[in-house]
Amino acid sequence: MTELTLTLIRLAFLAVLWLFVMAALSVIRTDLFGPRSAPKVPSRANADARPAKAPTRGKRGSPRKVLVTHGPLSGTSLNLGESPITIGRANDATLVLSDDYASSRHARLFLRDGQWLVEDLGSTNGTYLDRAKVTRPTPVPLGVPIRIGRTVLELRK
Amino acid sequence: MSAVTDPVPAPRRRRGVELAMLVFAVLIAMAAYASVGLALDNVLPPRMLAYGLGLGALVTVAHIVVRRTAPYADPLLVPLITMLNGLGLVLIYRLDIAEAAAARQSGDPVPSPDATGQLLWTALGVAIFVGVLLLLRDHRTLQRYTYTAGAAGLVLLALPGLLPASISEVNGAKLWIRIGGFSIQPGEFAKLALMIFFAGYLVTKRDVLSLAGRRVLLIDLPRARDLGPVLVAWAVSLGILVFERDLGTSLLFFGIFVAMLYIATERTSWLLIGLGLFLSGAFLASRLFSHVQERLDIWLHPWAGDNPTNDAYQLVQGLYGLAQGGLLGTGLGQGRPEMVPFAKTDFIIATLGEELGLTGLVAVLLVYALVVERGLRAALAARDPFAKLLAAGLAFALALQVFIVVGGVTRLIPLTGLTTPFLSYGGSSLLANWALVALLLRVSDSVRRPAPQPIQDEGMTQVVSR
Repeated sequence: MTELTLTLIRLAFLAVLWLFVMAALSVIRTDLFGPRSAPKVPSRANADARPAKAPTRGKRGSPRKVLVTHGPLSGTSLNLGESPITIGRANDATLVLSDDYASSRHARLFLRDGQWLVEDLGSTNGTYLDRAKVTRPTPVPLGVPIRIGRTVLELRK
Repeated sequence: MSAVTDPVPAPRRRRGVELAMLVFAVLIAMAAYASVGLALDNVLPPRMLAYGLGLGALVTVAHIVVRRTAPYADPLLVPLITMLNGLGLVLIYRLDIAEAAAARQSGDPVPSPDATGQLLWTALGVAIFVGVLLLLRDHRTLQRYTYTAGAAGLVLLALPGLLPASISEVNGAKLWIRIGGFSIQPGEFAKLALMIFFAGYLVTKRDVLSLAGRRVLLIDLPRARDLGPVLVAWAVSLGILVFERDLGTSLLFFGIFVAMLYIATERTSWLLIGLGLFLSGAFLASRLFSHVQERLDIWLHPWAGDNPTNDAYQLVQGLYGLAQGGLLGTGLGQGRPEMVPFAKTDFIIATLGEELGLTGLVAVLLVYALVVERGLRAALAARDPFAKLLAAGLAFALALQVFIVVGGVTRLIPLTGLTTPFLSYGGSSLLANWALVALLLRVSDSVRRPAPQPIQDEGMTQVVSR
């Protein structure tokens, strides 16, 4: 082994070590943002393999997140997928409120036929959509406040 | 503790990514092995393939079990620790060769190689990892054993201190239980048991502990009567310092408790109180006990004599090794890391720094940082408070241990005798850390698993007619 070869081996090994770190970081990146947002133009292989991916985005103008505008958790937002969102003080709720005026299982937001509906789950203090008390599953338009205890939520794009 | 979490976007299993990263990790270990052989003997080491296949087979078992029992768990944790463990094996193998050569030169009997033993310990580590994943299907089961874990942890922690020195003392620290030719360090397992206890205990008590008392200088001090638990933890950690003569375990234990207390209550005052208590306790101990004073002296004045033949010899040799390595290192197999006493255990970081340089050392520290980040990420996303505290505690414990070791070797803080997780030679540490990662995977799996579909998916109340 000449000195030169050994130096090259040494540098190559360090490069591989860093490559490993970089690979790990890129795994974390796709974990955070998902592979969908990574390439701006979807590759052909991807588009062929999964044509059914498109409808998840929903039609134009459908809400993407729910934002807390008032109350103890003001400023918190939650991305909307397709699964229903439960709201309440219970630990297993999707949005856990630390609001003394909310029930442990207070209300539920769920998607039906591309429309988000709010349903009261038998809460003590009731759920209000704008000013009206929610007594049965009611469609929630964009930007209309949902009041739960002292917390106010809105659907946003 | 924040109550709201963003749901993890699009729950995916990502086991394929894990497999690819595992292959990469094993290849790195094999490349390191080859590089040692090429530098020392000019040929590829004959057992390189066997070594690679052995390590590969072990982690394949781990991977299959993860696929079966924790399919949604974090895809990075296992590859990252595999890489650390593999690199550690190569460093130990490399030190074996160097020590054998040195012994032959001076005519001493050649010491038996430790790399084989470490490979065996790795196999046992993977076995424990698999065992934890198979037996513990839901991390919440652990919450039921809060006080059992606490008692077990305390016993394990105190045992070496109570046993006679002939059984428990190695190189001045009473941390061991030696039976026959077999020795274990129960403190490593105590660490895990105590973290389970802290998590379970703090979940039930955090509301009380976060009550504010008097407000001094913008900080809400806790009420005096709530200081009990932190004082108990402090007393126990000082007990370790005094009776087992180990600054590292003492610092680790107390640090974990204070950090978990802080995570549970969100009160900065606990951190300040904890830091103050530990510093005052350590200062007092350094006045009263010579072995603590000695450690401080070594730290502050390592170059007291011209030739470092005093007690600071090990630290100084380690620093020379790091300096020799410089930015790019001497190359694997081309340095002289065997000059440092205990290079395989406490000072493996010095070996790494000498042969791979700052570049390699930083890469390895980043790998540790990524493991910790994945743990904390699981804690952030966890909904139930026990899982949150447990994952955060486990991740923090790993971070603190690496900090104490690397800080000690690089003379940032006083040197203490802790093992470097996954890299150092030592069975107990390896087993306990593989178990730790298995617990993290279990929490991470439950966090990333998509929520079960609700049974009632019609919004309407149904009318029941008779």
